[in-house]
Amino acid sequence: MSTAAPDPSGHPSAAPDSPPGAAAVPDGEGSVPGGEGSLPDGKQPSERRLHPVTPLRRAWAPVAVLAGWAVHDPGQAQERLTGLTTTALLLGLAVIVPGAALYGFLSWWFTHFAVTDTELRIRTGLLFRRTAHIRLERLQAVDVTQPLLARVAGVAKLKLDVVGTDEKDELAYLGEGEARRLRAELLARAAGFAPESAGEVGEAPVRRLLHVPPGVLAASLLLTGATWASLVAALVVPTLLWFATHSVWTVLATGLPLLGAAGASSVGRFVGEYDWTVGESPDGLRIDHGLLDRAHETVPPGRVQTVRIVEPLLWRGRWVRVELDVAGSSNSVLVPVAPREVAHAVIAAVLPGVAVPEALDRPPRRAGWCVPFWWRGYGLAVTGTVFATRRGLLRRRLFLVPHAKAQSVRLTQGPWERRKGLADVHVDAGAGRTVTARLRDATEAADLLRAQADRSRTGRREAPPDRWMA
Amino acid sequence: METGSARTGESAPGEPVWTGLPPGLLRMRRLLLVVWLGILTIASGVLLALFAGPGWAAFALLPLALAAWGWRMLGRNWRSWRYAERADDLLISRGVLWREETVVPYGRMQLVEVTSGPLERHFGLASVQLHTAAAATDACIPGLDPAEAERLRDRLTELGEARSAGL
Repeated sequence: MSTAAPDPSGHPSAAPDSPPGAAAVPDGEGSVPGGEGSLPDGKQPSERRLHPVTPLRRAWAPVAVLAGWAVHDPGQAQERLTGLTTTALLLGLAVIVPGAALYGFLSWWFTHFAVTDTELRIRTGLLFRRTAHIRLERLQAVDVTQPLLARVAGVAKLKLDVVGTDEKDELAYLGEGEARRLRAELLARAAGFAPESAGEVGEAPVRRLLHVPPGVLAASLLLTGATWASLVAALVVPTLLWFATHSVWTVLATGLPLLGAAGASSVGRFVGEYDWTVGESPDGLRIDHGLLDRAHETVPPGRVQTVRIVEPLLWRGRWVRVELDVAGSSNSVLVPVAPREVAHAVIAAVLPGVAVPEALDRPPRRAGWCVPFWWRGYGLAVTGTVFATRRGLLRRRLFLVPHAKAQSVRLTQGPWERRKGLADVHVDAGAGRTVTARLRDATEAADLLRAQADRSRTGRREAPPDRWMA
Repeated sequence: METGSARTGESAPGEPVWTGLPPGLLRMRRLLLVVWLGILTIASGVLLALFAGPGWAAFALLPLALAAWGWRMLGRNWRSWRYAERADDLLISRGVLWREETVVPYGRMQLVEVTSGPLERHFGLASVQLHTAAAATDACIPGLDPAEAERLRDRLTELGEARSAGL
């Protein structure tokens, strides 16, 4: 027995058990309810296809499998290759290439998408049909990404982040210009512009808030402990193993993954966070970044659930890193590196009316009995708009959750904490994030629990509407 | 002892009116405890007496002691569970050693579930589980009377619709 949802908008949800927002409806189970999604005169919205290069997107997969096999087992691969006659090779090609081409063509042919007044509908699948109806008012973010090869081909992926969407619900690939137009149209519809004009609103103007120069990014990565730790591990571990075993394969098998990890944490991050630009537009926050793969993310106003300010030990006093959580979105970095004042200005733009609290309350001194030494790293500040907690002594992290985003509040108290008259307060936000104020005085925590529940309710009333332009 | 099921009388305005759990859940848990540990006691007693000598059979008292301890613990845990419906949110409080108190504003509830397994159904029990957009919210009230569970579900859904807020 289950009762569906106090659904925020009062619409019937297609699948009560799935998280709200994205509803995947298998075709053939009766007709898909048209509802308010179809055009007023009842005719179906015009369906579109993806860019014709799409079938090639998986073309590298069989090649990669073959290459992987050859690398994994070189001796056998060579044996097999010499064993193949020319006719067998040609025959194989004659079967595989048209087969793959046909599959690619058919899956492209059977993938359609359409934009209605309230939804983006994606219809796909050759044998197993799948229809995703993504509700625009639940839109959390729009990403346009271009992997390197896609940039060469002039195409882009478009993904709508809604709670519950998965990898299958992205539109890959669209023409570059079309992806931009579609993003503007989707944002305009989600914002609540009149349906007739939504197609013509066009791109909203962007005001640049922050740009990270490559030099600063490189310097900040050099000052990150994790970069050096992985590099040292990648050099030391294989060397030790060589002296211990004198086996080339063991050294390679451990050294290569370690080197890969070191590369990903330094060069990989540099490449991914290169040319990081944060902008503000009426559509919300724009984040553009990437050296080889470009990504353009748009987060509409009021979608940010929590924000974290991270301050590694070696950056202390110079820079901070800002991370954010948006429900349904995979990107979590807002500012890879910036001076503190600049970062605070960006946060003020992301969470309107929020000032980052400077002075935080430490737990009472007796908290040292529960968490020796490290208790000094904990802190709490509650302002009119946010619940902010800090943790960490060396690597300081400040967590901010706006009162309007708190989903539930919990107070927990273990036996030792009770002995000392202490308690923890947890504020659960969307996007699976919990912000915890640790080791507060028990009576203070109890008051905080009640007050936070009230603030969460009233904070919500003052929050902007889902359709931010309506 | 078993006062948990009675509604605590009207207290000062602003103070929540707490409701405990009906005794059915405690009865079920204690019965299960006695049955399983009883079987364990008899089995270990018989086996030890047969294979290691009658003296060793005294070790069969261990599960018995465990049962006695568990009996009390179950009682304490059951008494610690209580919930209160306030004007705008639901309070759930539980735990003896590790206490936890949860506040869920009605407007944030995405889904209210009433579940009842075969064993619970036999004892006439049902649980109410609340889901919000935050995965960490684990607000569950176990061992309710099915009628009360359904009343609670309907009321929570109704209040949730009136105060709906979403993400």
